[in-house]
Amino acid sequence: MAAPILAPPILALRGVNKSFGPVDVLHDITLEVRPGEVLCLLGDNGAGKSTLIKIMSGVHQPSTGQIELDGQPVTLPTPRAAQEAGISTVHQFGGTFPLMSIGRSFFVGVEPTKGWGPFKVYDRKTANGVALKAVQDMGITRITDGDRLVGGLSGGERQSLSIARAVHFGARVLILDEPTAALGVKQATHVLRIVNEAKRRGLAVIFITHQVMHAMAVGDHFAVLIRGAIAADFKKGEKTREEITDLMAGGASMASLEAEIEGYMASHGGHPPPPAE
Amino acid sequence: MSSISLGGLLRRPEAGAALGLIAVLIFFAIFGGLTFLKPAGMASWLHVAANLGVIAIPLGLLMIAGELDISVGAMVPFGAMTVAVISGHYGLPIWLGIAVALTFGVVVGLVNGFLVIKTAVPSLIVTLGSLFAVQGIVLGLTVLITRSTSVALTTEGPAKPIFGDFVAGGQLQVMVLWWLALTALYIFFVHFSPFGNWIFAMGGDKVSARNAGIPTDRLTMILFVLSSTSAAFVGMCQAILYNSAQVAGGQSFIFNSIIAVVVGGVLLTGGFGSVAGIFFGTITFAVVTQGIYYIDFDRNWSSLIIGVLLLGAVLMNNTFRKMALSYSPKKGAK
Repeated sequence: MAAPILAPPILALRGVNKSFGPVDVLHDITLEVRPGEVLCLLGDNGAGKSTLIKIMSGVHQPSTGQIELDGQPVTLPTPRAAQEAGISTVHQFGGTFPLMSIGRSFFVGVEPTKGWGPFKVYDRKTANGVALKAVQDMGITRITDGDRLVGGLSGGERQSLSIARAVHFGARVLILDEPTAALGVKQATHVLRIVNEAKRRGLAVIFITHQVMHAMAVGDHFAVLIRGAIAADFKKGEKTREEITDLMAGGASMASLEAEIEGYMASHGGHPPPPAE
Repeated sequence: MSSISLGGLLRRPEAGAALGLIAVLIFFAIFGGLTFLKPAGMASWLHVAANLGVIAIPLGLLMIAGELDISVGAMVPFGAMTVAVISGHYGLPIWLGIAVALTFGVVVGLVNGFLVIKTAVPSLIVTLGSLFAVQGIVLGLTVLITRSTSVALTTEGPAKPIFGDFVAGGQLQVMVLWWLALTALYIFFVHFSPFGNWIFAMGGDKVSARNAGIPTDRLTMILFVLSSTSAAFVGMCQAILYNSAQVAGGQSFIFNSIIAVVVGGVLLTGGFGSVAGIFFGTITFAVVTQGIYYIDFDRNWSSLIIGVLLLGAVLMNNTFRKMALSYSPKKGAK
C-alpha cells in the first residue's frame, strides 16, 4: 500500500520565486511531494503552472528560493540533469515521436544493441519486448505489437506509453502536465489508472490539471495556484469539489461578483443587471 | 521474424517507392521494349542514378531530420573546379586536389550546420544563401585564377581508376560501385545502428529528442557536412572522369535529388523515410529521364512525366503513411 505518511519528501520547493525581467510569475512557492503520493497542482490558465513545471524539470531556474531533492539542495541546470536526478516530465501530447515504432521511440537515446565493435546493431526484438512488457505491466494490455507506429495509438495510450517509459528508466518523480486535458472520458480513465499504478509503485507524482474531477480521483494532496502564488494547500477529503472549483475560479472575486449581482437585484425589483455592452 | 505479411510490407516507408519503380519499369517495357534493361541501356540510367544517389541519400537523411540542403547544387561544380584548378591548372598532385575538394565540402557543411543551429533560420534559406555564395566563389575565383570558365585536368596513377573511370569492360562508371557501397553503408547506419534512431527522433520531435539526451546540434552538423561533402565528392569524381571541370552545371542536382528523395517516400516535414526508399526513388527518377530515349515519345515530354510522377508519388506516400499509422495486427494483415 501507500508509503508511510511521514516518509521524507523526495522533491521539495522552498520559497521559490521566479520573475522574467520585471514580471513576477511565481511568488514564494513552497511544495513537497513524498514517495507514493500524488500531488495535484490545480490552477486556471495563466496561473503559473507551466512555469512551475519548467522550474521542476530543469528548463528554468528559480530567481530565489531552492529546490531540494531527498532533503539536499540541488540545482537543475538542464532538462537532462533533472532526468538524471530521476525527475521525469510527461507533456500533454506525450512527447513521443508519431512516426516511430513503439519499440524505437521507447528507447530513443538509449537504444539496446547487439553484436560487437563497429558492428553493433539496434536490437529490435529486445527493444520491442521490453517496451511492450513495460506498457502492459502498467495495465495497458491492448498494445501487443512493438512495431506499430506511436501515431497510430490513441491519446490515452500515448500518455500511458510515455509514463511507462519514464517509470522504466527509473523516474522517482513523475511530473504529468495536463495529461487528461485532450482526452475523452474513457481515455482519461485509462491515464488515471496508470497514475494510480505509478503511485502504487512508490513514485512521487505531480499531477497538473484544471479538471477537478480528475484531480480528486487520484490526488492525496492538493495545491491551488492563483496568479503565481499558492492560494490553498490541503489534503484529500478536506474540501469538496465545489469549494475547489470556487478556489480555482478566483475564490474571493467570484464571491464578490455574486454579492454584487444580488445587491443589484434587491434594489431593482428582482431584475438581474443588463448584460454589459 | 514472423511479421512478414502484406500489411507488414506495405507499411514500410519504401513500399510506395518500390511500387512506383515497378510501375515505371512496366511502362517503359511496354512502350520501349526491354532495351533499357540490357547492359548498354542499363548503363545510361545507372550513371544518372549513381551520381544523383550519392547526393540524394545524405540529403534525404537531412530531410528525415527535418532540414534541407539546396547548396549541394553549388558544391558539385565547387568540388569539380577545386580539383581541376589545383591538380590541372597548377599541376599539383591529384591527391592534394582531392583532399582540398573534400575539405571544402566539410567546411561548407560546417558553416551551413552552424548557421542553422545558431540562428534558427530555416535551412532552406540558409542553404539558399550558401548556394549563391558558393556559386559566386567558384565563378569569381576560377576566372581570376585561370581566366577561363573551363579547366582541363589529366589524372594519372591510382586516383583515376578509383574515382573516375569506367569498369566492367568500359561500360560502367566507377561511381556506380561507390553508390552501391555507400548505399549499403547508409542502410547499416540508418536502419541498424542506434544512430539512425536519433535521426528519426530528431525529425519527429526535436525538443523531445534533445530531452532524451540526443546531441541534436552535433547530429545536425554531421548531416550537413555529409550532404555537402558528398556533393563535392560527386563533382570531384566527374572532373576526374571527364578530364575537365566547368563553373556552371550542378543546379539540376538540387531539384533532381529532392525529387528522388520525395519519390522515395521521405516525409518533407521529417521523421519518416528510409534509405532503401531513396534508393528506389533515385532509380525511378533515372529510369524516367533516360527511358524516354528508348520510346517513341518526343523527349521534350520527359519533364511532364517527372512532374506527374512526383505528384503521384507524394499522394501515394501519403496513403501508405496513413495505412502505416492506422495499422494494427488485428485488422491490418489480410
